[in-house]
Amino acid sequence: MNKIITVFVCIFWMTLPLQAQIDPSLLKDPTAHSKKDLLNMDAIYDRPFVTNKKAPVSLGGYVEANWQHIGTDGISDGHQLQFRRMTLFVASSISKRIKFLSEIEFEPADKEIAIEFAAVDMEFNELFNLRGGMIINPIGAFNQNHDGPKWEFTDRPISSVAMLPATWSNAGFGIYGKKYNKNWMIGYEIYASSGFDNSIIENTENKTFLPAAKKNTERFEELPSGTPLYTTKVAIRHSKIGEIGLSYMGGIYNKWQDDGLVIDEKRSIHVFALDFNTTLPKTNTFITTECAWVNVDVPKTYSEQFGNKQFGGFLDIVQPVVKRTIAGWKDAVINIAVRMEYVDWNKGQFIDTGSNIGDHLWSIMPAVSFRPNSQSVLRLNYRIQKQTDVLGNPPSNTAGFNFGLSTYF
Amino acid sequence: MNHRSTFVCSIVAFTVLLIISCDKFEPEAPADDSLLDGPVNGLTYEQNRQFLAGDIAFNDEIFTPATGLGPIFVATSCGSCHAGDGKGTPFTTLVRFGQTDSTGNKYLHLGGPQLQNRAIPGFQTEAIPQGASSSKFTPPANTGLGFLELVSDEDILAISDPDDRNGDGISGVPSYGYLPEFITPNSNALVKNGKYIHRFGKKAAAYNLLHQTVNAYNQDIGITSTFTPHDVYSGHTIDPEVSDKTVRDVVFYLQTLKAPIPRSKGNGNFETGKALFTQINCSGCHTPQLQTGYSPVSALSNKTIYPFTDMLLHDMGAELDDGYTEGFAKTSEWRTPPLWGLGLSPNSQGGQYFLMHDGRAKSIEEAIMMHGGEANQSKDKFKQLKESEKSAIIQFLKSL
Repeated sequence: MNKIITVFVCIFWMTLPLQAQIDPSLLKDPTAHSKKDLLNMDAIYDRPFVTNKKAPVSLGGYVEANWQHIGTDGISDGHQLQFRRMTLFVASSISKRIKFLSEIEFEPADKEIAIEFAAVDMEFNELFNLRGGMIINPIGAFNQNHDGPKWEFTDRPISSVAMLPATWSNAGFGIYGKKYNKNWMIGYEIYASSGFDNSIIENTENKTFLPAAKKNTERFEELPSGTPLYTTKVAIRHSKIGEIGLSYMGGIYNKWQDDGLVIDEKRSIHVFALDFNTTLPKTNTFITTECAWVNVDVPKTYSEQFGNKQFGGFLDIVQPVVKRTIAGWKDAVINIAVRMEYVDWNKGQFIDTGSNIGDHLWSIMPAVSFRPNSQSVLRLNYRIQKQTDVLGNPPSNTAGFNFGLSTYF
Repeated sequence: MNHRSTFVCSIVAFTVLLIISCDKFEPEAPADDSLLDGPVNGLTYEQNRQFLAGDIAFNDEIFTPATGLGPIFVATSCGSCHAGDGKGTPFTTLVRFGQTDSTGNKYLHLGGPQLQNRAIPGFQTEAIPQGASSSKFTPPANTGLGFLELVSDEDILAISDPDDRNGDGISGVPSYGYLPEFITPNSNALVKNGKYIHRFGKKAAAYNLLHQTVNAYNQDIGITSTFTPHDVYSGHTIDPEVSDKTVRDVVFYLQTLKAPIPRSKGNGNFETGKALFTQINCSGCHTPQLQTGYSPVSALSNKTIYPFTDMLLHDMGAELDDGYTEGFAKTSEWRTPPLWGLGLSPNSQGGQYFLMHDGRAKSIEEAIMMHGGEANQSKDKFKQLKESEKSAIIQFLKSL
């Protein structure tokens, strides 16, 4: 609680200059650039900030709240009203070529205040920028581009948050750069950071579960394996075709030595991800997809419950159907959308029987969203989901509605 | 009404409609008779709370090295082996070794009686010592165990026939054994030379559900308790890794799981199959009906149940004799498993059957044909039945 009060006091102090202004035109949205010039890797800075010339910082953030009524096999917890998160951004241009941005997330249900991103960027050349601090590992696209108001769905993709560990940030350093050539754009990122630990196979999810490592806050000071987690991504965009990204994250994940003594073999993790997004020119249909493959070196003497191979991904299709003044909101948009998801937490066969290991899930989620402006969204989703246990028994059936609002502020 | 008002009214009307009717768009509960899990009817609020606490401990509490798992183990949770409270699969089958007769296990110093075939990272698993005989045990269904626990010793003795006085070739005997210190015998328990009738486990080596539960925590998951304080890896006593309350909650959960609900409706062969089942004397061991005694849980107390077991040990012949035993049972003797819920086994066994003590039978018919020893006569009679009659028996068994 004290932490929350402290953070709010700091934010209040920083915003005092803003509150002193009475002319809202002094607060301006600096994000007046074309989206076509951006890659997913730019999502970190592609956010609406408010600033004024007297303040040393720009501020922004977003908030997400939902109602949901979901049931599984005839059992429902009834109506649930959820305040998922509030995120604050604080950015500062220290000089023309040095900038800082931080993203602080409040998740009251988890009693969690997390710094998701807090890094300094130093530009040497458009193809060579240094970033250091708490970075967001560029694995797939969603991890870096996770802001609620950008999506037409109340829930984050299952493969991104329950197979990959979005939002996955670590202490680290790296370089990145971009190059334009007419309609083409190419970007890259390479980071060495802290990373995973034994919890990815020693957790209460009873499966290989990368997000378990997020609970280990010691990773911001100490690498359990003593070796960095390497993350790299290359993305290419054509302004008329779309963007494709290829990313890799890997390294030794386990604590294999302690106090100079070897206590286990070195075990590695390798994650590959492929992402793609485009907007179809004639229909203005937005398509975004991401899939990932996870390979974890699980000891052979451990339980087959913990898989050494995982696969998952999602496909979002968003179709604007109305764009006009609605209820007094100019250029408001109504979209229809659908998300299709699949995650297999344990690919492979049982040694004893040769039969397929289950532990997989698929979900389809139609949606309607209303955007009174580009920074705010009201969204109604209906989820249909089937999840199979590790033995491949008849799946549990889940379905229900989510309604939520999310907006930048 | 202008456009804005129309829009707002439409949204409000839609929202109200959605809130009122949203549960109509959610999956219906599976039929009660298609599930093995769930409590008996008639629990009080307090009992429901304890059932839920036990349910969470049994199905949701996953042990990790940080919470005491292993370091050598078979499973990470109770629910890992009993999905949906049903039977297990070869993946969750455990191995016991080291005992060949009633003189006890000669391999306790080498890791007996149970093989912990898995280990947390950095540790090595156990191996069966050279020369030790072993047997694989597929996890049984949990359903209706509380009712079986309440069948009186007197009733079990009444259906035993150690000397086969009725001449049907079946000579079921109760499994007598000594009680561990933490077990308090039932007030109506019958004692014979300091030994009590045991009824749970493939060899009926566990006295009651508390005995079964603390052994499973210890031997399957590597979790110590005040009841079984010895670590399976080091053999040393260590601090309890599960609380007494949690153990009691799990025991209560197992005691109050409902009995499977027969699914005879629409099964035209039910009566025929039932009659044939009795006619060929399968019921000689798989006793259809038993009676529970008094229980402070009124939902369990003095009930007539249909488990299709006599809870006695029977010689099942050489084919099923693995050369391993527990307690005072002979190596060829097995406790009659209950048949209730048999038809739902595939729902917890990955869509197929793994029957008999080690899952070697892949269908009910195959399981019948693997019966030997005291079951030989019934098996032979089954073989002589017409295909339609065999099918009626199998449909009957699937409906239990």
